[in-house]
Amino acid sequence: MIVEGLGAWLSKIGNFSLTLLIVTTYGLLMGAFIERIIAKVQGRIGIPYRQPFINILKNFFKRTAISHGVMFYLGPVFRIAGGIGTLAFVPVIYGDEMFSNFSMAGDLFLVIYFMFFGQLGMALGAGESGHPYSAIGIARGLSQMTAYEVPFALAVISIVIQYDTLSITQIVAAQQGGWQNWTVVTNWVATLAAMLAFLGMMGYSPFDIFLAPQEIPIGPPTEFHSAYLGLMQLNRALFGATKLVLFMNLFFGGATGWLELMIKTFFIYMVAIIIGVAFPRFRVDQGIRFFFKIPTLIGIMSIVYVQMVLTS
Amino acid sequence: MFKKTLNTEDTLENSGLTDEEQQLFSNARPQAYEPYPIKAVEDFANWARANSLWILAFGTGCGAIELRPLMTARFDANRFGVAGRPTPRQSSVFVIGGYASVKTLKRIVRSYEQMQGPKFVIALGICPVNGGMYFDSYNTVNQFDQYLPVDLYITGCMPRPEVLVAGIMELQKKIKAGECDGANRYVENFDWYKTNQKKVIKNWDMPDYNW
Repeated sequence: MIVEGLGAWLSKIGNFSLTLLIVTTYGLLMGAFIERIIAKVQGRIGIPYRQPFINILKNFFKRTAISHGVMFYLGPVFRIAGGIGTLAFVPVIYGDEMFSNFSMAGDLFLVIYFMFFGQLGMALGAGESGHPYSAIGIARGLSQMTAYEVPFALAVISIVIQYDTLSITQIVAAQQGGWQNWTVVTNWVATLAAMLAFLGMMGYSPFDIFLAPQEIPIGPPTEFHSAYLGLMQLNRALFGATKLVLFMNLFFGGATGWLELMIKTFFIYMVAIIIGVAFPRFRVDQGIRFFFKIPTLIGIMSIVYVQMVLTS
Repeated sequence: MFKKTLNTEDTLENSGLTDEEQQLFSNARPQAYEPYPIKAVEDFANWARANSLWILAFGTGCGAIELRPLMTARFDANRFGVAGRPTPRQSSVFVIGGYASVKTLKRIVRSYEQMQGPKFVIALGICPVNGGMYFDSYNTVNQFDQYLPVDLYITGCMPRPEVLVAGIMELQKKIKAGECDGANRYVENFDWYKTNQKKVIKNWDMPDYNW
């Protein structure tokens, strides 16, 4: 009995490792693809597709790496643990036992928690580096995160009321059977609030003040180098792709195959990119005020909408 | 990882610092590193290093103006894996853009020492070679390789961005062949470089090695 249970767990972990590999590779490739699209818009050729992989390899092959203390080591580790943890509870392909990961009842809460976890670990790690720009970047990043979490949480509460479940798999299941069942159609108010929060989440312009390469040399990761930076780049690809998969699951009907996943996540990503290339950067106070005004109001409206229209 | 052993004492004097500041800075010596013992691994690492050159965004002279067009549509150095990086910790290439005044040299040394090895220096223009038009200036150094190890020279006044791109490709060839060991040369001849630096930088109020 115990051995059988162990076997099931081992195969689950094996499947998850495969998902992790695919999603990370996909995230890196999509990063390069987006870079190339932006380059084409600017009349350039852009980076080769292998560039993100080479950058990570280069960072791991660095000969020296200095440390600023224990938390400095742990910062990138916490960050990637947050990325892996988020992915672990998001079902990637609906209806496929192999790529459902550790999805269970109530995983939506866990995912939202894990999304926060990596950022906090990073804040501690970057704080110990002692660089003033890191501290400024963290202050900006965390306050912006607090701001965009509000509309996102409201949107999530809204769809939780709508589908009466906290399981992402069941939320995806409720959206099956054609595009008219997707949350974006049935509860467009919540989707709007969540997509506005998504802009802040992805860290592209106009909400990229916490990275701000011109004023505070790239913010929190200023002091991170070599293998630390390699880990963080891996996480950026993994976490970015995971967030896209989560949004696809919650609002755009999930995916039943890898091709569907790629098409849907690409278009969700393009929302952030198109707005990013079209708008200049918000100052941190403008960004936070923005999130506390319109997206928060839309988030509250989405709950009212669910209560008044959908569940009555 | 694979540290080379050096026949010198272990600590630095940090004589430029006050007693109070001595406590705040590390006095450890930098280390030289051997390549990986397996040649295939080192070749692979060199290939990765050569194809991901992150240039420190620190304009050190008039040649810095030649760095900007590299990222534009006309030259597009992104194709070769070149990218700008705003912090010395993450960058691997330092482009000395022309003349280095004594005041800038101090900052160049600080930035260079904070970069993580293997790191490469490109000297752009004629000024780092022999002083160029500033050969008799009271305020610029004439031979730059007396102060920091240079891996590649691109001469001219000023070299156009095309030449800089050609130079970067040349640097890639040298890195792939395993010939760019400036970081090791700097550590092995550390005392000589430090003496030269201290000769020109009069107000030396920083540690001997900026970790």
